[in-house]
Amino acid sequence: MAKEVRLWEGNHLVAEAAILAGCRFFAGYPITPSSEIAEYMAVRLPQVGGTFIQMEDEIASMGAIIGASLAGVKSMTATSGPGFSLKQENLGYACMAEIPVVVVDVMRGGPSTGLPTHPSQMDVMQARWGTHGDHWIIALAPAFIHEIFWATVRAFNLSEKLRIPVILLLDEILAHMHEGFRLPDSSEIEIVDRAKPTVPPDRYFPYDESQGDVPPLAAFFSGYRFNITGLNHDKSGFPTTNPEIIQRDMERQRRKIERHLDEILWWDEHELEGAELAVIAYGSIGRSAHAAVDRARALGIRAGLFRPITLWPFPEKRVAALAEQVRTILVPEMNMGQLVLEVERVAAGRCDVVPLGKVGGIPIDPPEILEAIKARV
Amino acid sequence: MKHYELRFGGVGGQGVILAGAILAEAAVIYDGLYAVQSPTYTAQVRGGATKVDVIISDRPVIYPRATEIDFFLALAQRSYDVFHHQLKDGGIVLVDETLVTRVDEDRYRVLRVPITDLAEREIGRVVVVNAISLGLTVGITGVVSRRAIEQAVAARAPKGTVDMNLKALNLGFEQAARLGFPVEERTEEAV
Repeated sequence: MAKEVRLWEGNHLVAEAAILAGCRFFAGYPITPSSEIAEYMAVRLPQVGGTFIQMEDEIASMGAIIGASLAGVKSMTATSGPGFSLKQENLGYACMAEIPVVVVDVMRGGPSTGLPTHPSQMDVMQARWGTHGDHWIIALAPAFIHEIFWATVRAFNLSEKLRIPVILLLDEILAHMHEGFRLPDSSEIEIVDRAKPTVPPDRYFPYDESQGDVPPLAAFFSGYRFNITGLNHDKSGFPTTNPEIIQRDMERQRRKIERHLDEILWWDEHELEGAELAVIAYGSIGRSAHAAVDRARALGIRAGLFRPITLWPFPEKRVAALAEQVRTILVPEMNMGQLVLEVERVAAGRCDVVPLGKVGGIPIDPPEILEAIKARV
Repeated sequence: MKHYELRFGGVGGQGVILAGAILAEAAVIYDGLYAVQSPTYTAQVRGGATKVDVIISDRPVIYPRATEIDFFLALAQRSYDVFHHQLKDGGIVLVDETLVTRVDEDRYRVLRVPITDLAEREIGRVVVVNAISLGLTVGITGVVSRRAIEQAVAARAPKGTVDMNLKALNLGFEQAARLGFPVEERTEEAV
């Protein structure tokens, strides 16, 4: 059935895309500026045979989606900074136990309760390192309405394929803007489901390296009995302190990311050919930078834009190549300088890396980025 | 290339954010244009300075916030004071003249209409301020077709209030005509 273009709020489209990607469980606790995702799910999930539950708090919401995912149901929660902080302990559990879940963080100003109704991009590092310990995680930061849709679908697909939590990072501007979008037909959407075990239950191990870097995950109550723990574990899922097993297991988890970079990494490039200055920006500020680059080009300035949609893992190779090409990389972001640290690390002195950080709840407009470009060329 | 930036400013509870969404829907759904509606609000449910940007273009909109505003509707003095700065020189400021009295006349083209009073006197309901405002906005700017805004308002109006809202919309168009802006004929099929 061909669908019409309609005006979608960013948050609502996240929720609808999740449903089309197969999400059938949402647990959450209302928090600005993410609440419309929960509101939409509360209406829509029962219509498609799914379950919505408003939990008693953010921590329980994270626990609930981990449990639902272990029961074989694609699951999501949505929050903002203060709630994202509370979810970190259970998020680490999902990393350790390799449980596919999708966590939406609509970024607002922080720390603490911060600036509830205003945009920020302050949770970029938290998305990567918010929970303690070495762990691997994917974070996607779409910018346009169609990207919000496809990034949500991709978040579920990567999560299922790699048995890994995926963070969808929005900011308040993208969450609350309305923009025209035509929902694709379900036939146009590729949906990935986690691998299920093919061995009989008595030979099933949930972390069996011989089954590949991403061992199949059985659903609870499907006849397969296995242990899940936040402790380091052997292939059976029971705790171990054997250093060799732990080393091998962590290396397998890292390989899950490294061997699938082609599928995970996603970015947009604009006017980079012949550019002597590159702007690296993401989310709503990525759109601002796009407009600024257009204005710079109209003035004859050789500026271009690299707009990562996958923030974690960071697109190191492409950024390293850019650092070879350009004299300056400008990194505008709605924080005091977060992704710029990663750009500096990868550029490793091959070009100037200039932060343009702004906080206070007001976005960095194209004229501000254009001025920063002009000051550097 | 058509690219038009509008901002509606008011206080929380007046409904300017919804009015912005309806205008964007008129552009996207009924006129086949590109549009982004981008709201800004405070933690106060009512009374905080609120604005909504609507950018309408015949090409995809890159940056979702207004930076060079062509038209600013101000329904509260505080909202005018806080949000007028990104207006182009010579841009149009339409104010509810009973609520917004101090406007930078030297910089902008200022239009005054007693919108809230008209809502009470002509329609009998303050709630239609937004429908009147939309009629004025489209009448003055022509940024979407009259038919599109009529369809968008009718589609959004709560059950039982379609006629009232279309009447209010028409009142807005009449006020735009009174100010000297040529207005398309009212379409019959939407009514």
